[in-house]
This record gives sequence, C-alpha cells and structure tokens, in this order.
Amino acid sequence: MPRTLQGNTGEWELVIGMEVHAQVSSNAKLFSGAATAFGAEPNTQVSLVDAAMPGMLPVINGYCVEQAVRTGLGLKAQINLRSVFDRKNYFYPDLPQGYQISQFTQPVVGKGEVAIEVDGEERRIGITRLHLEQDAGKSVHDMAPDATFVDLNRSGVALMEIVSEPDIRSPEEAGAYLTKLRAILRYLGTCDGNMEEGSMRADVNVSVRRPGEGYGTRCEIKNVNSIRFVQQAIMYEAQRQIDLIESGGKVVQETRLFDANKGETRSMRSKEEAHDYRYFPDPDLLPLELDAAWVEKIKAGLPELPDEKAKRFQDALGLTADIAGQLVAEREIADYFEQVAKSRDAKIAANWVTGELFRYLNDKGLAIGKSPVSASALGGLIDLIADGTVSNRLAKDVFDEMAASGKDAATVVDEKGLRQISDTGAIEAAVDQAIAQGAKQVEQYRGGNEKILGWFVGQVMKATGGKANPATVNEILRKKLSG
Amino acid sequence: MTADRALTALTIAEARDGLKARKFSALELAEAHIARMAEMRGLNAFITETPDAARKAAAAADARLAKGEGRELEGVPLGIKDLFCTDGVMTTAASKILDGFTPPYESTVSQKLWDAGAVMLGKTNLDEFAMGSSNTTSHFGPVHNPWQRKGDNRPLVPGGSSGGSAAAVAAGLCPGATATDTGGSIRQPAAFCGVAGLKPTYGRCSRWGIVAFASSLDQAGPIARTVRDTAIMLTHMSGFDAKDSTSVDRPVPDFEAACAKPVKGLRVGIPAEYRMDGMNPRIEQLWQQGIDWLKDAGMEPIEISLPHTKYALPVYYILAPAEASSNLARYDGVRYGLRAEGKDLREMYEETRGQGFGAEVRRRILIGTYVLSAGYYDAYYLKAQKVRSLIARDFAQAFEKCDVILTPTAPGAAFAIGEKQDDPIAMYLNDVFTVPASLAGLPGISVPAGLDGDGLPLGLQLIGRAFDEETVIASAQAIEDRAAFKLTTLGDA
Repeated sequence: MPRTLQGNTGEWELVIGMEVHAQVSSNAKLFSGAATAFGAEPNTQVSLVDAAMPGMLPVINGYCVEQAVRTGLGLKAQINLRSVFDRKNYFYPDLPQGYQISQFTQPVVGKGEVAIEVDGEERRIGITRLHLEQDAGKSVHDMAPDATFVDLNRSGVALMEIVSEPDIRSPEEAGAYLTKLRAILRYLGTCDGNMEEGSMRADVNVSVRRPGEGYGTRCEIKNVNSIRFVQQAIMYEAQRQIDLIESGGKVVQETRLFDANKGETRSMRSKEEAHDYRYFPDPDLLPLELDAAWVEKIKAGLPELPDEKAKRFQDALGLTADIAGQLVAEREIADYFEQVAKSRDAKIAANWVTGELFRYLNDKGLAIGKSPVSASALGGLIDLIADGTVSNRLAKDVFDEMAASGKDAATVVDEKGLRQISDTGAIEAAVDQAIAQGAKQVEQYRGGNEKILGWFVGQVMKATGGKANPATVNEILRKKLSG
Repeated sequence: MTADRALTALTIAEARDGLKARKFSALELAEAHIARMAEMRGLNAFITETPDAARKAAAAADARLAKGEGRELEGVPLGIKDLFCTDGVMTTAASKILDGFTPPYESTVSQKLWDAGAVMLGKTNLDEFAMGSSNTTSHFGPVHNPWQRKGDNRPLVPGGSSGGSAAAVAAGLCPGATATDTGGSIRQPAAFCGVAGLKPTYGRCSRWGIVAFASSLDQAGPIARTVRDTAIMLTHMSGFDAKDSTSVDRPVPDFEAACAKPVKGLRVGIPAEYRMDGMNPRIEQLWQQGIDWLKDAGMEPIEISLPHTKYALPVYYILAPAEASSNLARYDGVRYGLRAEGKDLREMYEETRGQGFGAEVRRRILIGTYVLSAGYYDAYYLKAQKVRSLIARDFAQAFEKCDVILTPTAPGAAFAIGEKQDDPIAMYLNDVFTVPASLAGLPGISVPAGLDGDGLPLGLQLIGRAFDEETVIASAQAIEDRAAFKLTTLGDA
C-alpha cells in the first residue's frame, strides 16, 4: 500500500495522530458512586456529585485508576507515580460543574507504543500519554422544537484519553491502530471498545506535507465513532487539504466534524473561536500518588496481550504469522482457538478456526461469542477426523450441519450416516466394480498415466457416497491396478 | 414575649451543664432564643429562622435527657451559617441565584453537630458566597453589628463573611454558630462583634455540603462567646470524612480539655512584619497588652519574621477568585436556583448569572477568570501559588523558634455600613492579618481583648502549627482569663 497520495503537483504524505476516548470498564463513575449502565432511563444514574449540587465534592474511584494503570502497562508505557487532576473550564448545559475534571500537565500515564502491521510491514505508533477524565452528559436537541433536554447519565463516567504521536501515515494504518488498540483494551478488560455504544470514540488530527518536509497545519476531526468512518474522514480530509493547497489556498487550523451521511468533514470552529479552558489544578482533589509496589502487582497480573500471544502461537505451536495474527485479533477468538487446540494438533485446529468457522461466522455476521459451534464441539469434530471416523471432505458437511442444528459432531455423523468406510472388503468391491467399468482407464493407467487414478477414486467415492476412507481407497486401487 | 435573659446569656458550656443537671429544659432554652431572635430581628442576623424545627428537636432532646441518654451537646441551640447545606431547609449562600434552593442533603459538619444532640435555630446571614468582610454583600441585606460607637447610633457592620453568625452570638440569639473562614471570615467578624472565632487547620473539618467559595482555603469553624465554647463546638465539627478528599484522617482531640493545658514556658512569636505604618495606636497598644498577658501566664515572647507577609493579600486576591470563578460556574440556571430566560443559551447564561450574582461576586468571578486565562496564568495564578508556598515556609521556619504567634485580628474596629463600600481595596485590607494563616492552612483564633476609643471591641489573633489547635486554644484561654472582656450586647437582664 503506498503511503503517499498523488496530487496534481506531486506526492503528498499524510500525517495522522489520534486521541481516543475509551470509557473505563467500571460499575461506578470516576468521582462519584453512581452507576454507569448503558441504555438506562435518562437521569437515573446521577448522584448529587454528578449533578454538581452546591457543596458536593469529587472523590477518586480507585478502581478507575487501577484500570488506567493497567492500560498504561498494556501500552508498554511509563506509569507516573504522581499525577494531578485539573479543571477544564467551559460552560455547557450537559456539563453540570461548568468544568470537566481532567489531567492536563501531569497525566497518570506517559510515553508508550502500539505495534501495528499493514501489508506485512510492522510499524510502531508512539503513545504520547494516557490521562483520566470525566465524560459530560448528553444534550438532546431533537425532542422538542424550542427546548433542549439534558441527560446526565454519562456525566462523570470515567474516560481514558489515549493520545498517539503523529506517527500514522495512512487510513489503513489508522484502522490498524484503532483495531489493535481496541484489542489491547479488550484483552486487558479496561474498556469494552464498543464504538456503537460510544464507549470508544476517536478525535483524528490530519495534516498533509511533501515527503520529507516538516509538519503541515492540522485539522482535528471530532468524535468519530467507527473505524470505517475514521478511515473515510481521513481520506476526505487529506484530499480536501491537498486540493486546497494545490489550488493556492492554505489549511486553517480548526476543529471539524465528520458527516457520516455525506462522507465529508466540515468546519465546526476555528482556532480563534477555540475555548480558553483556563486549566488549573482541581483544589478539591489531592495529587494522585501511586505506590510503586502496587503498580508492580498490577503488572504481574496482566494477561498475555495480542503481540505476545501471536509470538507464542508461532514459536510454540508453529503457526504462520498470518494465521497467528488472525487468531489473536480478539481475545475471545484466541481463547476459542486455544480451547480447540488443547491436546490436539494446533495447526489443524487453527485451520478449522480461521477456515470453516470464520467463513461461517462472516457469512452469518456473527461474533465468535455467538458461534453455534462451541470450541469443544469443534474439537470433537477434529477428533473424529483424526481417528478416521469421518473423512476430511465430509467433515465440512458435518460442520455445516453442526452449525445449523447445534448438535455435536458424533450425533451428526451418526444421524446422517456419514461414518467413513474403512472396511477393506466393502472398498475392494467398489474398486473391483470401478476397474470392471473402466477398461479404457485401466489401460491408460497401466500406460503410465498416473493422473487417471483420480477417476477411479471418484468412481469409488460415488459408489460409497463419499464415505470411503480415501487413503484406503488409494492403497487398494494402486494394488489392484498394478496387479 | 421577652426572652429570658438568664437563658440567652448562657455560654454553651453553661447551657450544656444546666441541661444535664435539668435546671431548665431544652425547650425552655430554645424558646428563650427563639424569642430573642424575634426581638432582635432588626439585626438581620438570620436569613431563615426555623423555630418549629427547633422546638421539635428541643423536645426530642428533653426526652433523651430525661432518660439520661443526653449526648455531648444535647439540647444546645445553635445557628448555622447559610453556607452549610441543611436537609430540607433553604440554603442560599446569601445569593439571589440560590434564593429558594432547598438541598436534599445535610453538610457533614452540621450533621455531626446534630449527631451530638445540638438543636438548629436557623440559618445565619453572610456575605454573598462568603465574599466580603462586612456582610454588606448579602442578597438578604446587611447584618447590623449589635455594638455601636459611643454617642453614635449609625449601624455598624459585623464584619464578614460570617457576620450573621458573629452578630447572632454577640447579641444572645444563639450561644454559638457555625462559620467558615476563607481569608478571615471567622476571625474578623468575631473580633468586630466581641466574640471568639476559631478557624481550625485546613483539613480538620469536612467541606462536604458547604457551598464552595475557594476550595483550597475554605474551612469551617465555630463562633461563640468564650474560647471554651469554640473548643467544645470544634470537637463536634471536626473529623475525617471520606467524602472530602482534602479532609485529614487523624484523631480529633478533646479540644475543651486544651483550655486547661499549661502554657508556661511556651514561646509566643511576635512577627515584626505585622507592625504596619499608620496602624491604629490603640491596636498596637492592645497587641502589647496581649504580649504582657501571655508573659504573665508564663509564656516567653520572641521576635519572629514572616518576610513574605506583604504579598499575602495580593496572593489571596488572585487565588481565591481563581478558584471561585470555577466553583461558581455550576450556578448556570440549568438545574436549580435562579434561571432568567434568554433568546438563546448564551443569553440565558448571561441573564441568569448577571441577575443572580451581586456586584462583589461578579467582580471576583471576573478577576478569577482573568488570572486563569491563557497568557496570564503563569504571571498571576502560578506566581501566586509559588508565593503561597513561600508564605507557608515563613510560618514553618517561624514555628521552629516559637509555639504560637500573636497578632491583632484586624487593622481596625467595626466601621459603619456604607463606609469603604466604594473602595474594594480598602475593604480587602480588613483581611491583612488573617489571610496569611489561611494561605498556610494554619489554625487561628480571634479572642476579644479590649475596646477602642469609640467603645468598640477589638480582637487578638493567635496562630498555631498545623493541627495544633490545642496550643492555640490554651494560649487564647490565657488571654481571655486576663482580658476580662465584657460583652455588653446580650441585652439587659
């Protein structure tokens, strides 16, 4: 994939950085005890603190801090043992305090990195920082023509803002970065990564430059809520900037919105209109001091992350990089695979998972968690192939039937009569019949045309309804034809 | 009905002991104060009176006392500054923007007092959002000081911001009241009204449920007529609260016991920088008198230096408005309190906040917004924070040489309502002696010490080490014992 775009006046390089807002998986909000369930009735998950009643004070939720630290460790990032919460001041009806509690100059997590792979090429995207902050509520403008409604359920929910370096160079890399980041968050259990429900959203900074030159002026595209939209927004925005510059214009630093219906970005506010947030340390909260031993304990309890898992799948199980990469993309897939592969041939297990299973799930648009064929059921099928009960060829039919009926492999094989015939007597009879019917083919074979063997195999399979053990068929055929 | 002066003149300690001994009932005590509040309504010391709730609570206290189950403050009536949120009772911060606001929750400090058996008489007046030194910025009108100049019946300010609490205590409307101090709002009105006011160490009392002015400075404390009474109240206001991250988790001593703590041999620091040019000679004289009293008690005066004192006031008037500008952003007309309609969101905000906040609050929001703005933050806010650290260091170094510091509480006595109104700077100067300890988070008390030439009370301030309220109380007791100050505003018996 070329990492440059061709304009009318030459090549352009894209420079992309991302700020991902990831909702911390936690039952309670960042600074109040209120619950965080998605989809609850409006204004039912709101404490006195979230509604910013007079005299209310924030108290940090230790679990959210632990989740942020866990995420930082998963991003191989520096954990800052001392960090500070600041107030970001602005007025909006869905921001009850009139400020958002965030971290400005001293975030809880510093520099880290995320490894991505696009077209077989590995790249490392730098992480600038990760900080904790409160989410705002939601303003609803379309319920009445002359009024705005405010739902404070989200007000105060803990977010991690994960800021990347401007290391991303193409929409594909942007997609790979988000996919990988989401996988890491899900492996860690620190964010469910659900972009449809808004628990992960991205602000995308895009600029263009001539290869080798310094950074151009960037525009920030706010709140994009799917990976596909991120890629569309980048393509549109980069092309807009290139066209602008090439026609003699200048990119103006501004905040833009992505319109998913039209597939375009449009101006929201210019740099001059940008808020002056008047950040200052929140005097209601003490600096966040972490104990190094506590951080070490979290580190020791980290799960195996996708990169490490992929490496193990290659080194210990002998899988290819491509197959290993497919299997670790989601923790549920990797877990499924490992269950199938347990005390079985890992390569065969991997082929079934990435082959038949993925094909089926893709066709039906199902996530692995909804697969009608459980890991143990798929394992059972592989066992039946291994012990010769069912042929490889028929196994695919068995799989489809398992998926359709939810029954296990042995039941399907018995009910459908798909048990492989390894009885030499039965196969010999079919072979004899085929030889008798194919005098011409016998002649060709004996004349040195080895390929004609396939015709005989086909005849035998036809006669046995495909159930004959292919190895036995081959063996008997060769013996008889040579005899 | 005239109030029973014998009851309204009682101190908290006397009331407590009399109730325990069943010399009078809690209901009789409450009725006497309710009658006195009605009599003295002209002071405008209360924004909200809660006589019915007081009678009910007093009757419940009597029932407990009858069963011998009285708690430490069972039946003792108190005023609550209208900055403390009280469950089901209107809480306004003396602002139009919160007029009519009734919280469904109780502040931690007031809840602790109720848990000790105290009875609420009502909510006392204050400067709007506690911003002021004269109680003239209240949306509910100024409070009158029960004291007057000899031969001059012009009403005087009670000081601020806890002016309602100080005036109410001085005039016998309640034996004690809660107050809050951000830059002197407990100590200065106590001095102006001839009563005692104790600001504890920052973090000693929970701020949960107290309408915030400047979070890093706000601290609750008591105003009462004796040092002992402030100590009794503080014992039942203090303590760690998991709901306030800045409250400090350490044991609460029996502060009343500190009144009897020996002070002999303690060193009292006299800061050279508090002797200011053009200082009222009577105040300077009283300060010397205070030194002599403490010497008499066996304490050793020593000269100390607090070199950054002169920066305290400017630092305070940068940091407090900065925090206030953010703390008051929540009063936007969206969820509660005043909402003025506008043709769009911006106009609604502007009208609500323009109409809802008084001039002084608007001034401080403007100052605070300015000092936090891009391009000014480093020069004002950040610089002020650095100087604040130096001021705290001054005190830390001074306390290597002394155990407690003695200063005047305020540079003058109470002034007439209307005076200094046109000059905010002159008004801000009232806090010149109280602000440094606030910036350092240290405990301080104002104890009435004498009268000026006009017959108005003057106070002396004692400042202690962080969390050493006990030495402050013990030294203040030594002054009180020797000053023999007579409170003449309780009404004729």
